[in-house]
Amino acid sequence: MKERIRYTPRLFGLEVLGLLIGLIFLIPFYFVGINSVKSFGDLLNNAAGWPAEFRLDNYTRVWDIMRFPRAFTNSFLITVFSNIGLIVISSMAAYRMVRNPSRFNMILLFLFVSAMVIPFQSIMIPLVKVASELNLMNSIWGLVIAYFGFGVSLNIFLFHGFIKSIPKEIEESAVVDGCSPYGVFWRIVFPLLKPMTVTIVLLNSLWIWNDFLLPLLFLYDPELRTIPLATYSFFGQYTKQWDLALAGLVMGITPIIIFFLLMQKHIIAGITAGSVKG
Amino acid sequence: MDSANNRRLAARLQQLVFVGPATLFFTLIVIVPFLLSIYYAFTNWNGVTSTITWVGFDNYKQIIMEDEGFRTSFWFTARYTIAAVFFTNLVGFLLALLLTQALKTSNFLRTIFFLPNVIGGLLLGFIWSFIFVKGFAAVGELTNIGFFQLPWLGTSATAFWGIVIVTVWQLSGYLMVIYIAAIMNVPKELLEAARIDGATRLQLLRSIIVPLIMPAVTVCLFLTISWSFKVFDLNLSLTKGGPFGSTESVALNIYQEAFRNNRYGVGTAKALIFFIIVATITMLQVYFTKKKEVEA
Repeated sequence: MKERIRYTPRLFGLEVLGLLIGLIFLIPFYFVGINSVKSFGDLLNNAAGWPAEFRLDNYTRVWDIMRFPRAFTNSFLITVFSNIGLIVISSMAAYRMVRNPSRFNMILLFLFVSAMVIPFQSIMIPLVKVASELNLMNSIWGLVIAYFGFGVSLNIFLFHGFIKSIPKEIEESAVVDGCSPYGVFWRIVFPLLKPMTVTIVLLNSLWIWNDFLLPLLFLYDPELRTIPLATYSFFGQYTKQWDLALAGLVMGITPIIIFFLLMQKHIIAGITAGSVKG
Repeated sequence: MDSANNRRLAARLQQLVFVGPATLFFTLIVIVPFLLSIYYAFTNWNGVTSTITWVGFDNYKQIIMEDEGFRTSFWFTARYTIAAVFFTNLVGFLLALLLTQALKTSNFLRTIFFLPNVIGGLLLGFIWSFIFVKGFAAVGELTNIGFFQLPWLGTSATAFWGIVIVTVWQLSGYLMVIYIAAIMNVPKELLEAARIDGATRLQLLRSIIVPLIMPAVTVCLFLTISWSFKVFDLNLSLTKGGPFGSTESVALNIYQEAFRNNRYGVGTAKALIFFIIVATITMLQVYFTKKKEVEA
């Protein structure tokens, strides 16, 4: 018996309240968007109102100054390569740790998980030294390798919890059929991990795409700048030029907002799943 | 026996192939720098010259006795963490309560409340520096409300609350998602039974919902404490630690010490103190809130 909830005046009141709070949440986006298409004079006189005329040349100018296509490509490549590598190495490690819980592997798992409490800023200074010894500095590949190191803890932890729930019998029949351990993993286990893989890719992507401090330490060639780095240096040069700065900000946040709106169902499900396990 | 040897070799190889890469990257990027930082914290390393001398506890002495900037940044970070943890959890929980009512716009509102979270702290800080400087001023002119006419990023008190406001705006949506999942898990029969017994809404909240969502509280407190303690991007882009260093976070202070002043030794000592404090506080918090968790 499912009781239908009546739409009471109280619910209507809460609905209005919710929409008002929603409006407050959106106001910053309104301010930034509306002022990014104003001329500088219009913006100074009238920051709250509708633009006197819509001007898109703020955008065309910033597009070139920020070298937006370059920055976008860099961010994109770093995010994609880090994700691919992280998924491969952490799903394999987690699988082995679940199926072969030797003392060594248990200690290793404990190390991976407890390293999550180390704040990045606590190790960044020697990290720069280690990275330059290993020739990882000022290269996209070097940065990707650093993301491997920082990402494996959480990724292994999440995969480990998920693999534990997969029955071993499925694999055993494949072994009987003469499948190698690598074949068992890639052909049978890995496809089963898909829901967790999606969650992990989304969490990694939001983190890596938005990350600022690690790329700031690793990349100094302007050619290699990611979107946060390009925005940062652009703001350094055009501090009071709000018309240009705002157009740059809108361009900076647009890709990730589109990504979120497309994937929001999975992102929200992923956060819920991740937090319940954590 | 050959076949036994072969099998052992195959097992070793599997261990290496499956676990090796993750362990290698983790060791190089996290473990080695962590161990090195313990060593460097006792030296006068400046990052440039190759001669590194052992200075014992000098760095620590200097930090604790003389470094006023570090003390200020610690005090700021502690106050900021308390305010941010309290308000983001409060707002996140209230939003979750609101959206678990049978609203027609629940899904739409959830998207909006979560939206600020997907934007990185650096860009958010820049967005809000515009809002505080120009947006609030414009609203203040139109409405004459004193709140909007404050010099938001100009004084240390308002800059502090400015950062807290942006943090709440950014993070409460994330906590809301976790709290929504927890509230949905509260058994309906339990609420129904209590309601039949004449419990008011407030009693339902206090005696049933809150105790049953304590696991979510543990997670949310853990997340917000560690996020706020490590705040960096937002400070850099919103206030640059100003005015007069009053909103400089510990993370920003460590960064400046090492990469602006080239005092890597002192920087790593600070970083190590920072690590110990963050680890202790988060572990204590998890221990204490775990004790409050109950079964339905």
